[in-house]
Amino acid sequence: MKTAGWTRKDLLGIQELAAAEIHFLLDTATAFKQVGQRTIKKVPSLRGKTMVNLFVEPSTRTRTSFELAAKRLSADVINIDTSASSLVKGETLKDTALNLQALQADIITIRHSAAGAPHFLASRLKASVVNAGDGAHEHPTQALLDAFTIREKKGRIAGLRVTILGDILYSRVARSNIWLLTKLGAHVTLAGPSTLVPRTFEQFGCRVTHDLDEALENADVINLLRIQHERQRRSAFPSIGEYTAVFGLNKERFARTKPDALIMHPGPINRGVEIDSDIADCDRSVILEQVTNGLAVRMAALFLCAGGARP
Amino acid sequence: MSALRIQQGRVIDPANHVDAVRDVYIVDGKIAATGPKDATVWDATGKVVTPGLLDIHVHLREPGRSDKETIETGTRGAARGGFTSVVCMPNTTPAADNTGTIAFIKQRAAAAACVNVFPTGAITKELKGEELAPIGSLKKAGVVAITDDGHCVQNNDLMRRAVQYAKMFELPVLDHCQDYTLAADGVAHEGYWSLALGLRGWPAIAEDMMVMRNILIAEDTQWHIHCQHISSANAVALLREAKRRGVPITAEACPHHFTLTDESLKTYDANFKMNPPLRSERDRAAIVEGLADGTLDCIASDHAPHCAFEKEVEFDHAPFGILGLETELALSLELVRQKALPLPELIAKFTSIPARIVRLNKGTLTPGADGDVTIIDPDRPWTYDVGQSASKSRNSPFHGWPMRGKAVATIVGGKIVWQE
Repeated sequence: MKTAGWTRKDLLGIQELAAAEIHFLLDTATAFKQVGQRTIKKVPSLRGKTMVNLFVEPSTRTRTSFELAAKRLSADVINIDTSASSLVKGETLKDTALNLQALQADIITIRHSAAGAPHFLASRLKASVVNAGDGAHEHPTQALLDAFTIREKKGRIAGLRVTILGDILYSRVARSNIWLLTKLGAHVTLAGPSTLVPRTFEQFGCRVTHDLDEALENADVINLLRIQHERQRRSAFPSIGEYTAVFGLNKERFARTKPDALIMHPGPINRGVEIDSDIADCDRSVILEQVTNGLAVRMAALFLCAGGARP
Repeated sequence: MSALRIQQGRVIDPANHVDAVRDVYIVDGKIAATGPKDATVWDATGKVVTPGLLDIHVHLREPGRSDKETIETGTRGAARGGFTSVVCMPNTTPAADNTGTIAFIKQRAAAAACVNVFPTGAITKELKGEELAPIGSLKKAGVVAITDDGHCVQNNDLMRRAVQYAKMFELPVLDHCQDYTLAADGVAHEGYWSLALGLRGWPAIAEDMMVMRNILIAEDTQWHIHCQHISSANAVALLREAKRRGVPITAEACPHHFTLTDESLKTYDANFKMNPPLRSERDRAAIVEGLADGTLDCIASDHAPHCAFEKEVEFDHAPFGILGLETELALSLELVRQKALPLPELIAKFTSIPARIVRLNKGTLTPGADGDVTIIDPDRPWTYDVGQSASKSRNSPFHGWPMRGKAVATIVGGKIVWQE
């Protein structure tokens, strides 16, 4: 059974979603957030369903979040991570997928270094596929939890000025955020070194600047991204020291931001690189609330795609 | 004596500036001005009769990867596509960097090929771009050109010496133009779609840089370099300017580069992954313009078969390349229907011009020439079903496409090797 307002089997990206679908998922997440505040943090929505966490790229935070989300929905969870995976033994993704289907998995959450890997699975499997991050393409649940957090803190998304700062080129988080925020009517500014924030991103409906002070001025939300060393095979800037000097969010720059500007980060943070350590811990930082909200958003995503009963 | 009279077709023979309804005779395997009264008749009324088509860029995969394609299956595909001659690339296993491999290819072709097969030799040993292959011996063994196709000689000094050396043997040098530092590990044209899809970008400048390099070396050595599969608008502009100055440089385009753009990648189907990559609409339009004004001399398929299991993987992990021989003519005839160029000019890009590039006495209906003829129904509608392909592989992005125009007979040395 599919829930009204959501007819998709899979959650592959934000780009293909309509604004109404995004709002519907966020509203569903609001209901699930309350589950986490109860003494018994569990509902039977996905009882009897099996979810496979297929992580073909290392991750702790996202994998744990999906696992916990599924368990709170009473699903059975199996974790397959890279080191244990037969993918390193030369089995193709197609064969892995067919084997998971043979094991009657209902939901597959996949994290993969290759963009499009979730789409590859979704087109071949009856199971619901939830993208937990594919290469530099999309990380839809991250953008949804970011939006959930912004909406909770600011009461709205439309009309807000959101600055995304850092390594945009290699960031799936940035892409999913750009799609989502522009669909919901926010004004998005991308900032960072010209080698990591190409002008072509303007075609996504956002503003590109290489002047950090200008990017931070008037921003209602500042979302900092980590430098993606693992996807950057060539140096895009001279050194970490220079990056921090030119694009790091330090106290001096922080002092010039709007007094109610939210500080966000998808984690893991590199203290002293993209963000001053004290700023990461300040009262305007919602970094840990993002993590909490991630559970609610992922519960909603799993529930809507796998089609359980209402909570 | 065997004789064939191809009767009353529209004969387009660009080498002889012919475009008229007439008969074509093939007597004892050669084109003839006339023939005996009892010649077998092939009624070509309403059809276009051309010199046998040439494709100077195909991968037949033999020796080494006969699971992807063989000389037999690849040439059957060529015949179906209307091609009577193919020039095969040296990136086999072992590479065609030695006379033994060339002898093997020629021997297999003699035994199993249904169209003419002309091998190329490598520029460098094992296509590594480090030391020159025995180019003089390769010439003696029968190669029509040298190329490291699939690879590109990065060392400019080595490339310059290769061209100087090849000039002595009058061997054209075909180059796959790819600067490795700029292309890096890219899998898709660097632009809007690579950003939107999160695929690593492969900028057009990676091609432009090597095209410029080749223009300078061709000018410096005064010897012929042929740039393979041009995909970028700036490369077309560079070539146009160089040709105006009389630099001995030629270039080819592939049907996929003037038919598709990088927008096709949005399904992550690896059948749209090729080298060089599908580029932007601006690039696609520039390729059409380059073909129309003659900057791009000829059309070739870059027929590159790969097994299904190799292509049915993550986009990043799939090999580059697609089938081309059976869809090439129909996709190119679209250029005529779009009025980019007239039919005789298109036919020249498959006959007299590629023959001149690789210095073959082919692509002409001059009496005495080899009896290679292609008969084309230029408007015949059909649907491409890759499952019915003669190739051993199935990696085509054009499966299920409605097509118009088809070779209805392919004649090699007077023998009909394909007809329907």
